[in-house]
Amino acid sequence: MNGLIYAFLAIGAAFNALGAVALIRFPDVYTRIHGATKCTTFGSLFSILAVAVYGIVQGGGAGGTMAVRAFLALVFLLLTNPTGSHALARAAHRSGIKPFRAVVDRLEEAGHGPRATDHGPRETR
Amino acid sequence: MIVALPFAVAGLAMLGFIFVCMVRLGIGPTAADRAVALDTINTLVVATMVLLGAAFNQVVLLDVALVYALLSYVGTLYIARYLERGLS
Amino acid sequence: MRRVAEWTTTALLVFALYLVFSAFSGRWGLWAPDELLAGAVIALLVGLATGPLVWKRGGWRLLQPQRWLLFLVYLVGPFLYAMAKANLDVAWRVITGRINPGIVRFNPNLQTDVGRTFLANSITLTPGTLTMDVDDATGDFFVHWINVKDASPTADAVCGPFPRWARRVAE
Repeated sequence: MNGLIYAFLAIGAAFNALGAVALIRFPDVYTRIHGATKCTTFGSLFSILAVAVYGIVQGGGAGGTMAVRAFLALVFLLLTNPTGSHALARAAHRSGIKPFRAVVDRLEEAGHGPRATDHGPRETR
Repeated sequence: MIVALPFAVAGLAMLGFIFVCMVRLGIGPTAADRAVALDTINTLVVATMVLLGAAFNQVVLLDVALVYALLSYVGTLYIARYLERGLS
Repeated sequence: MRRVAEWTTTALLVFALYLVFSAFSGRWGLWAPDELLAGAVIALLVGLATGPLVWKRGGWRLLQPQRWLLFLVYLVGPFLYAMAKANLDVAWRVITGRINPGIVRFNPNLQTDVGRTFLANSITLTPGTLTMDVDDATGDFFVHWINVKDASPTADAVCGPFPRWARRVAE
C-alpha cells in the first residue's frame, strides 16, 4: 500500500507542477485556463486520493474520518473546478479579450461578444 | 509534529508551485489573467491543506480545506461576474 | 403536493450528505446523537430554502439508481482515460508551444439543464477543449478548441462519445 501512496503523491506533484508551468508559458487567457484547470484538477485528484488511501490504511475512527473528508474534498473539487473556469472564460470573452491568433471566433459572430457599453474593469495590454 | 514525512514533502513542493503561480498573479497583463492565476492558486491551496492535514495528523485541516474549496468557488464566480458586467 | 415532495427529497439528500460527512463521530464508527440532531435541523432548513430550485426541468430523472451506476462506470472508465490523455496533451503543447486555437460552435441536441452541465464539465476536463458559453434557447455550445481542424465541426468531431454518455446518464 505504501508504494501506491508514493505513486499517487508523485503523479499529483508532477501534474500540479505542469499546471503551474502551463500558467506561465501559454500565450493568452483561454489557453492558460486550459492548462491550469486540467492539470491542477488531475494533480489535486491524485494528491487527495493519496491521503484517502493513507486514511483507509490507518483505519479506526481517525483514519476513517480522514478518508471520508478527503473524499468529500475530492468530489467538491471535481464538481466546482470546471464550472469556475467556464465562468472565467466567458467573463474574459465578454470583457473584450480576443483569443490569441484565433482561426475562427463563432462566439463573437453570434453576438455574444463584448457589449457596446462596457463598464467592466479594463487594463490596456 | 510531523507524523508522515512523504506528505509533508509533497506539501512543501505544492508551496513551490503556488509561488510559481504568484508570478502570473503579479505580471498577468489583464485582469482575467490574474483571476485565472487566483483560481489555480485556490485549487493548489486546497490540495496543500489536505496533504498537510495528513502530514500533521490533524483532521481539522481537512475540514478547513472543504470549507475553503466551497468558498473559493463562490469567490471565483463573483470575480467572473464582476469582470462581465461590473458592480451591478 | 409537488412542493412538499420537492422539499422532502432535497432535505433527505442533504441529510444523507451530512451523514457521510459526520461518519465515525460516535462510538463503534457510528454517528453521535448530537451530530444526528444538528444534521436533521440543517437538512430541514436547506430543503425548505432550495427545494424548488433543485428539481427544475427534468431533474427528477436523476433519482433512478441505474443512472448512478452508469455515472460511476463513466467516471472510472472513459472519463478518467480522457482526462489522463488531456493532461499528456497539455504537457506536449507546453513543451512544443504548438497551438492553433479558435472558438467553434456545435449543437449536441441536449434538452435538460443537467445534461448540458454534465457535458460542459466533461468537455472542460477532456483533451484540448474548454466550454465558454451555452445558448439557453437553442442548446448551442461555444467551445474554445486549442487545435482547430474544422471551423464548423459536428459534436462528435469535438468531444467524441461524450454527448452519447450525457444522454444516457442525465436525460
